[in-house]
Formats: sequence, C-alpha cells, structure tokens
Amino acid sequence: MTEILVLVDHVDGAVRKPTLELLTIARRLGEPSAVFIGADASQAIESLKKYGAEKVYVVDDADMATYLVAPKAEALQQLVEKTSPGAVLISSNAEGKEIAARLAVKLDSGIITDAVDVQSDGGTPVTTQSVFAGNFTVTAKVTQGTPIITVKPNAATPEAVDGAATEEKVEVSVSDGAKTAKIIKSEPRKASGRPELTEAAIVVSGGRGTGGNFEPVEQFADSLGAAVGASRAAVDSGWMPHAFQVGQTGKTVSPQLYVAAGISGAIQHRAGMQTSKTIIAVNKDEEAPLFELVDFGVVGDLHAVLPAATEGVTERKG
Amino acid sequence: MNIVVCVKYVPDATAERQFESDHTVDRVGVDGLLSELDEYAVEQALQLREKRDGEEIEITALCVGPEQATDAIRKALQMGVDKGVHVVDDAIAGSDSLATSLVLAKAVEKIGDVDLVMCGMASTDASMSVVPAMLAERLGLPQVTFASAVESQGEVFRVRRDGDTATEIVEGRLPMVLSVTDQTGEARYPSFKGIMAAKKKPLESWSLSDLGVDAEKVGLSAAWSAVEDTEARPPRSQGEIVTDEDGSGAKALVDFLASKKFI
Repeated sequence: MTEILVLVDHVDGAVRKPTLELLTIARRLGEPSAVFIGADASQAIESLKKYGAEKVYVVDDADMATYLVAPKAEALQQLVEKTSPGAVLISSNAEGKEIAARLAVKLDSGIITDAVDVQSDGGTPVTTQSVFAGNFTVTAKVTQGTPIITVKPNAATPEAVDGAATEEKVEVSVSDGAKTAKIIKSEPRKASGRPELTEAAIVVSGGRGTGGNFEPVEQFADSLGAAVGASRAAVDSGWMPHAFQVGQTGKTVSPQLYVAAGISGAIQHRAGMQTSKTIIAVNKDEEAPLFELVDFGVVGDLHAVLPAATEGVTERKG
Repeated sequence: MNIVVCVKYVPDATAERQFESDHTVDRVGVDGLLSELDEYAVEQALQLREKRDGEEIEITALCVGPEQATDAIRKALQMGVDKGVHVVDDAIAGSDSLATSLVLAKAVEKIGDVDLVMCGMASTDASMSVVPAMLAERLGLPQVTFASAVESQGEVFRVRRDGDTATEIVEGRLPMVLSVTDQTGEARYPSFKGIMAAKKKPLESWSLSDLGVDAEKVGLSAAWSAVEDTEARPPRSQGEIVTDEDGSGAKALVDFLASKKFI
C-alpha cells in the first residue's frame, strides 16, 4: 500500500490534535507514516500509534527547531525521495504552509493549501477548499509530482485505531543555506485553560461592542466550554492579543457554534468564521451586517445579555 | 540598499468575486486593486528608508499580473515607492503559486543586486501565504516571514513572528526575503504630492521573454494543481432575531442553545 507522509505538528513532543486528523485523512489515501522532527519522540509515538500511524520516521535533531522552516523542508524532501509517498499531508498553519511551499519547489510538485476536506479518488487526493471569504467551495487535485497538501484544523474527526507505529530513525543532512534564518528566542503561549481557538467546537468572540471588557465574553465561553476569539477591532484596540483574532489576517475557525458578541461583521471577519455550522450574534445595533448570516440573533447589550445567558446555561447544565 | 516589494493585483474583496468558466479567478470583470495585505509591506519598506536617514535606498514595486495590474503598482508609487516593474504576458494567466514565484524570482534577478525582497503575509484572493517561502527557496535567500514587528541594524534584521503556539524572535542577514503581517502597523494613504509625483516615476513593463522564462512553464496549462469545480456556497438564510427586553434576549438565547443541543 502507498505510504502517505504526515508531518507531525507538536509542542516539545506533545502531538497537536490536527496531526491526528491528518492521520485519519491519510488512512483514506493509503498507509499513514508520521514524520517526527525534533528531540525525544517517545511521547509522540504513543499518541501516533493510537491514531493509526503504521510507521514513525524520527528525525532526532533538536537543532532543527532553532531555524525557521527551511531545514524541515529539506528533511521532508529527503524522506519523500526515500519513500516515494502517495502524498504529503501537513497542518495548515503558517509554518506548515511554508514548509509545504519550499517542499513543492524542491520536488517539482503541485501544492494545495487550506484544504477543509480531503477524499480519495482511487488513492489520488481530492481536496475541498473554502475560498473568497467562504463564499465559494473549490474542489481540486494535484496533477504533477507528489501531492503536497496542507489541511486546516477540524477537516476530519480523528479516529482512534491502532497502528504499528514502527519507529525508524532517519538521518538527514541539512545544508548551511537552510540555517540562515535563526530563531533566537521562543516564548510559548501561556495556556489559557480553554480549548485552542482553531480546534474548538464552540467559539465565543468579542468585538468593539465589548468596550474593552471581555469578562462577559470569557465567562459565557467558559459556561459552554468554548474558546475565546476577538475581532480585529478588539485586537487593534489592544484589548486582546493577536493570537485570538478571528478573520482574514487572524485565525480561520469553523466550529459547530460561533457566537459573535459586539462584532458588526466586516467581510474580513466573516472570512474567518463564515463556514461555522451555527452562528449566533449579540449586538446593540440591529443594522449590524453579521445579523444577515446568523441562525439566531439577539439585538441587545452584550453586557446584559451575556451574563444572564451565562447564568441560564450554568443552571441548565446543573 | 535595493528593496523590491512584491505587490499583487487582486479583485476587490468587497465586490462580487467570481470565477471564470475555466475556474480561474476573474481578474478582469471585477474591480481590482493593490492587495491590502501588500500595503503593509510597502509601508514597512518606506519606514525602513525613513529610519535610515542618509543611507541610499531604492524601492521597486514588482507585480506580476494582467494589464490592469498597473493600478496596484501605481498605488505603491503614490505611497512613495521609487519605481515599478510590471511583468505582463498573456501566457501568465492562470499560473499557480509555483509558476508565479518562478516569474517573480526571475524578475528579482533581472532587477539585480537586490538586498531585500519584501512581501505581504498573504494575498487577499488566494490567501495561500506560500509565495514568500517559494521565493526564498528559489533565490536561495534566508526566509524571515510573517513578521509582526521588524527591527534592523545594518544588515541584520530581527522580527517577531507570532506562531500558533509560541512567539518567536527570528534573525536573518541581508540579502533576504521578508514578509510582514498587518500587525506591523497601518499603511499610509498616498498624499496629494505623492499622487502627483507618481505620474513621473518610471514604470517598466517586462514580458516572459525579457526574463528568459519559457512560456510553457507558466499559465493554466502548466499549473501543477487543477481545479475540478468551483461552487458558490448557498447564501446563509437569516434565522430568528429577537430584541432583548428585560432579560428576554438571554432567555431566548439559552432556549436556542438547548434546542440545538449545545447545552
């Protein structure tokens, strides 16, 4: 069976959820082989095994993490040349897309980014993308070389299935040219205790209407077990860090439920949330454009509506 | 110092963006403009020159696109860029990111002695965010990308890169490829003086043969990915809207959440 390479996205060995989704997608296309780049793969191998990885290629190189993108692309190139996989799947975040970009140039292969679904047409990956602020759905295929595909979070539900997860250590050579952009400092984001924004089933976002007070948004989010997001206006005002921004230049989310509080709904914001399954808006301004696409809307002050709703949700959950 | 800022001509995001029958983006029937996200790159190039008083810095806006794409270059010239280079050739239409990055790389080489290639974080149409990395790969230059803050001293650039799980400080040395995000700061509006001055600034037009790029290597037929179908998403229909009166809004909201089994 054809191998499908999945680049493991991890934080100090802890595998991130989108990688498990990639393993599930890889099983539709062939036999999933995970590629772990970094130091100490043992914890990762445990998780990868539970989600169907048949092989785990381990590039045990802590040094690689101190350079931006290029060394990982070189490592993957060498692995692709060694294994001739049916496709390479990578998480669609900034780093993942850039690794894919360089890999595509190196391998003379086609690239598709930001897939929200990948299905198999006789082993050939067929991707679905959501484009133009979510207004169009595009299906596409790579027609040259090894398909290199980056996949967005939540594109599949990770299926727990045992794999052999046979570890194979791989030596790669990294050129000096790939070590020219050095990461001189890395500060991990503080854990908020809430779900990751791009992975959450429910997202509650606040905008200009919060007036800088995110407490009602955060408490409502916590009552639902949701992630917290923010509009660009709220981020530009310094009320929330950029990592929480939903929209064209922030995160794209596609949760089961998206609640927008005090967000008017500019096209740039809609681009980041329009494909959410269910959308709710709370806004004082009944003319807010976001009301046009909601499943449910409350015209009212979020500072009154959200605390009361938080109480209501907490009571029902009892 | 020679700076090249890559700018893209894109359909206006607030207009009705469409696909052609061959599934390529309609770049002619919809009003186009300089991609908003490239304005931040132009702005950072201009700020770099302002900060380095006394150093001779020439900034070129480079664009690959159809005839109308001169609008994007002109905007960059109006903002303060010194000259424009427009690569225009019928054979380019429908090119994928790989072919576009090839044409851009060849144009950067032809401009010559380029110290810094700058890009926006993504285009506002395809929004793949891959061209800066491809350019770095093709030009064999360091890749310092997704910068949300830029500092430099001499040939050394240090930027902040806000990743998914960490904020990193990345360092590179010229020559290099630098892409910047909208977090680097608001882009300036062209002044009246800038608009007038732009009319006299040089704008060169190059074809593929000027760059020595084989026309067979670009365009839709040479793309290494093929769109099978494009489909407009059915418009979302508006659901129920209630007006809050003395707590009725919250109650209705909780009822809705319960009816959809979110609680």
